[in-house]
Amino acid sequence: MTDSKYFTTTKKGEIFELKSELNNDKKEKKKEAVKKVIASMTVGKDVSALFPDVVNCMQTDNLELKKLVYLYLMNYAKSQPDMAIMAVNTFVKDCEDPNPLIRALAVRTMGCIRVDKITEYLCEPLRKCLKDEDPYVRKTAAVCVAKLYDINSSMVEDQGFLDQLKDLLSDSNPMVVANAVAALSEINESSSSGSPLVEMTPQTVNKLLTALNECTEWGQVFILDSLANYSPRDEREAQSTCERITPRLAHANAAVVLSAVKVLMKFMEMLPSDSEFVTSLTKKLAPPLVTLLSSEPEVQYVALRNINLIVQKRPDILKHEMKVFFVKYNDPIYVKLEKLDIMIRLASQANVAQVLSELKEYATEVDVDFVRKAVRAIGRCAIKVEQSAERCVSTLLDLIQTKVNYVVQEAIVVIKDIFRKYPNKYESIISTLCENLDTLDEPEARASMIWIIGEYAERIDNADELLESFLEGFADENSQVQLQLLTAIVKLFLKRPSDTQELVQQVLSLATQDSDNPDLRDRGFIYWRLLSTDPAAAKEVVLAEKPLISEETDLLEPTLLDELICHISSLASVYHKPPSAFVEGRSGIRKSLPASARAGSEGVESTESQAAPAVIPAQDSLIGDLLSMDIGGPTVAPVAAAPAAPFGSAAMDLLGGGLDTLLGETSSSPAPPSALPASSAALLGDIFGAPAASATYVAPKTTWLPAEKGKGLDISGSFVRRNGQLFMDLTFSNKAMQPMLGFAIQFNKNSFGITPASPLQVQSPLPPGVAADASLPLATTGPVQKMEPLTTLQVAVKNNVDVMYFACQIPMHALFVEDGQMDKRVFLATWKEIPAQNEVQYTITNVMHSADSNFTDTVVSRMQQNNVFTIAKRNVEGQDMLYQSLKLTNGIWVLNELKIQPGNPNITLSLKSRTPNVAEGVFQAYDNILHG
Amino acid sequence: MAAVTKQNVNAAMVFEFMLKVIDVMQSYFGKISEENIKNNFVLIYELLDEILDFGYPQNTDTGVLKTFITQQGIKSQTKEEQAQITSQVTGQIGWRREGIKYRRNELFLDVLEYVNLLMSPQGQVLSAHVAGKVVMKSYLSGMPECKFGINDKIVMEAKGKGMTTEDPARSGKPVVVIDDCQFHQCVKLSKFETEHSISFIPPDGEFELMRYRTTKDISLPFRVIPLVREVGRTKMEVKVVLKSNFKQSLLGQKIEVKIPTPLNTSGVQLICLKGKAKYKASENAIVWKIKRMAGLKETQLSAEIELLETDTKKKWTRPPISMNFEVPFAPSGFKVRYLKVFESKLNYSDHDVIKWVRYIGRSGLYETRC
Repeated sequence: MTDSKYFTTTKKGEIFELKSELNNDKKEKKKEAVKKVIASMTVGKDVSALFPDVVNCMQTDNLELKKLVYLYLMNYAKSQPDMAIMAVNTFVKDCEDPNPLIRALAVRTMGCIRVDKITEYLCEPLRKCLKDEDPYVRKTAAVCVAKLYDINSSMVEDQGFLDQLKDLLSDSNPMVVANAVAALSEINESSSSGSPLVEMTPQTVNKLLTALNECTEWGQVFILDSLANYSPRDEREAQSTCERITPRLAHANAAVVLSAVKVLMKFMEMLPSDSEFVTSLTKKLAPPLVTLLSSEPEVQYVALRNINLIVQKRPDILKHEMKVFFVKYNDPIYVKLEKLDIMIRLASQANVAQVLSELKEYATEVDVDFVRKAVRAIGRCAIKVEQSAERCVSTLLDLIQTKVNYVVQEAIVVIKDIFRKYPNKYESIISTLCENLDTLDEPEARASMIWIIGEYAERIDNADELLESFLEGFADENSQVQLQLLTAIVKLFLKRPSDTQELVQQVLSLATQDSDNPDLRDRGFIYWRLLSTDPAAAKEVVLAEKPLISEETDLLEPTLLDELICHISSLASVYHKPPSAFVEGRSGIRKSLPASARAGSEGVESTESQAAPAVIPAQDSLIGDLLSMDIGGPTVAPVAAAPAAPFGSAAMDLLGGGLDTLLGETSSSPAPPSALPASSAALLGDIFGAPAASATYVAPKTTWLPAEKGKGLDISGSFVRRNGQLFMDLTFSNKAMQPMLGFAIQFNKNSFGITPASPLQVQSPLPPGVAADASLPLATTGPVQKMEPLTTLQVAVKNNVDVMYFACQIPMHALFVEDGQMDKRVFLATWKEIPAQNEVQYTITNVMHSADSNFTDTVVSRMQQNNVFTIAKRNVEGQDMLYQSLKLTNGIWVLNELKIQPGNPNITLSLKSRTPNVAEGVFQAYDNILHG
Repeated sequence: MAAVTKQNVNAAMVFEFMLKVIDVMQSYFGKISEENIKNNFVLIYELLDEILDFGYPQNTDTGVLKTFITQQGIKSQTKEEQAQITSQVTGQIGWRREGIKYRRNELFLDVLEYVNLLMSPQGQVLSAHVAGKVVMKSYLSGMPECKFGINDKIVMEAKGKGMTTEDPARSGKPVVVIDDCQFHQCVKLSKFETEHSISFIPPDGEFELMRYRTTKDISLPFRVIPLVREVGRTKMEVKVVLKSNFKQSLLGQKIEVKIPTPLNTSGVQLICLKGKAKYKASENAIVWKIKRMAGLKETQLSAEIELLETDTKKKWTRPPISMNFEVPFAPSGFKVRYLKVFESKLNYSDHDVIKWVRYIGRSGLYETRC
């Protein structure tokens, strides 16, 4: 019984021969012929000409033959749409066949035929099959809905298939449920609107969890993957779901395990991280992840890539499992490299000795890529775990002694990084490094070595000779090396000016005159000018203290990491890229982790726009350079430098202007903030006949983040309402020794949904000792969560140093909106409507009491400027009664009654609101405004 | 084998599925070769059609697939048969069909363990773990429910508390600490999670019931002690001592020690006390084979390796010495305590079932650095 014979016929006139065989009366012959056709199709021959003849064979009760014909149809229907119609009748008939296998087969095949005319006929049979008595047919039909959606999404929506599919979620058969879930997920994922068409409810989730225990391994994967898209309503639900999913971790199928891990990792975000449950779950997650490492290499690789993510997100899970990531001699190289990466991430003071001895072992292996990475890993260990630095350095030195070329080169590159991290600590090894100078042939290693020589020029006696030797072949060097060489020689010159003048001139002329590389030329010119105008300044610039390099240079950005955690086990997690980066044409819904119960752990988004200011100066210096070149020419440095200065300042102005427009473009209210409020205040003042001297009350800036807590960054600020827009005015003071850059801001959820309306614009980089103001427009469209006290706002500010968290209070008056004036009658009705227990009283003491009788008017106007509107004014028994209304940004109305007695410095305030807990803030606001 | 996709698919699922497809195909027509694929292309089409629908894996259990996809073509079935097939493909117990009958109810349990070791030249264990699996061959009638008991620490402690106050570890019964275990899909995972009992309705024939991993208290059956000395540039002396470290009454089998030699080896002189040793130039290694070795024995091999002079600066990086063996016990200490069979509908009881248990310890990656 071999089928290979079907592949062998290659005679001419084959098609014709097949045609006659297909029309043979004998069933066996027919089947043989169809097999031959399929064989030809498989090897890529065009047998579409036989379409009518093959379709003729469709009406048969032989299941095997039918399957083959269907296979043929799937392949060629698209190229012969008109003829494919001929098959429709049989399909429809087969969908009602007594044999469930045939019914399912027909539905399955029809879904795979992407011809519009056929899909039209598909609807009715599909509807029936979705309700078929046989689960086998139902589960096939469920997938068919997804197929149909892919061909014609509107038809699925119009015909109500989605609802039918939803009904299948509560089917008694677990496999039907699983396939329905898979189909729904696929439909949600590809929906053009970008939002899920079918939302999951707690009831469906419950059904899915029940089905989870009973369905096949693949079904479990479908269900778990779709659960990962669900957001539980509260902590309790998240926890109970986690509890029901945890047993899956013991499944033999890696896909089930990883999908379960995905759901758990996601839901864990919602639970307080110090709860007992999370701790025990963290413990339970480790063993299954480790077990994945004993599966086949491909699966192992997927697991490792995911573990890499998990380790970054929750280092605790695998912190004791370092040993399992030790590389085995015959692991495939991709597994080895990934294990190495994870080892570094897990390296800590506790296990660093073990890691180092392993790494040293790896560095003597044969695979060049692996060895290089191992050497690099030793360097990373040194940078990450300070206590191990010394051992790392000595290990690296040992490796350099092996004289294996690429090991030496790689070691030198990482030693450069170690020098950056621990300056002035390990210079004793420089002489050893210098011995290997001749063997370096890779640009990165050469550049690193030159950097080291330049940096420690004063301690290397023959630094000038060494650098000079590099200089001989300057023109042939890689630009990276050229740049380093230039800088190193300038450093050398600044440190030992007496005997290196010639050398520095040589390199400067090489860089500026003989090079076509603009970067190199520019750097050359800058040095030249610096050196000739003010060597002291040059010293400060070139030999300035360098910022320490950070510990982890290759961590994923937190937002991306969070998104990838939601994609555990999928391709995205293997590529470490969001799906939008490699999936074509699908809009897809960006997934994000659910917000955690705790405020502090929220990641801070970095914004693109900050980069802009940093770029502009570079351009300007370029302009300056070009200009000075035209005027002076490089040989006469002082002349060149002189005209450069005014241009520089002009450039600064330009820059300032540029920044302003940049700010204007991004922030939502471009008008200068001062003009309008003042005039409107004056206008209002006129109406009420009060002097328009005082304007909107602005609380003075208070310190929110002291420098000692902000790693040298001091932030003070206040909230202001300008022109109907809420602003957060901030002052950033850099009290650290290094410039700061890369500022970004993010708010935690708060009572009023306050959120930045545009990215933070701060002078960047912010030099040490400089304070910069920033005005951040705010919107009130963000997520809402009640805070205690109500006006608390938790803020996270990020810069290149760290992420800082602080909390501040939003003064309530900043939230009073402009349209807070209530109609008189509405006011009255509302006042009556609000129950008495919602009334709160407060006394404003010692209000500045000008003796004049206009005091009440002053109060009216002053409140008006702050969006508290007076609805009515009465005089009862010598007291002035004021009725005022105000509205908060979130639409809460507050009604106030003010009692002002002449001569009494105190004012009695009665407040009514449907949400009386805002009262506190409103009183505070009155106090501030009237005293301010 | 390759898979293509346009979407952000579940990568682990894709790989697992492909591995499964290989399993299925192998169980249908043996080795996957070009010839076999050509010979069975219709069958492959049919299988793929059944196990994958629109990219979604369906039931891939070979046992079930074989009930309705056969190489002989589909027999004409009665309506009942058809209904049975569909309910089985989609059913809760997708891995077993109804109405199986055996004259003799019999089951075999194989506890198969692979010991993985990485040891430093000084004899320090760098990493060691046992990857074990329990393979069951069942020839049981009807739909039997099985309950499987092992000497897992958690279970034993739970039991110990219930019955005696004594610590089970001290009561003489050794326990095994299982780091992690995975079960065949027939095992009720939720029951394992809550009650720590392993209960299942087994598929017919051979299947892998569970897989486990242990790292604690592993008895390493063999110890390799290498001594390498480089005598000048053209000569090397290697001495390897092999110690067996298990009960004297037991016999280790199929022992093979592979000692790597430098690439520029020109000749090797070998002396070994036991077994046969040979230098294999093609593998760059000395292969030392010992057919049998009892416990608590020691033997050794010494070799003189002559080297060609080379001018390459690159040092020879010594790959680890690896070894293979088979021992008739479970190095992790894993023990089967019981396997009970319940079949309520048919009249045979647990006592009527003939049960066989066998322990095999094999070498996984058993390496000693030198």
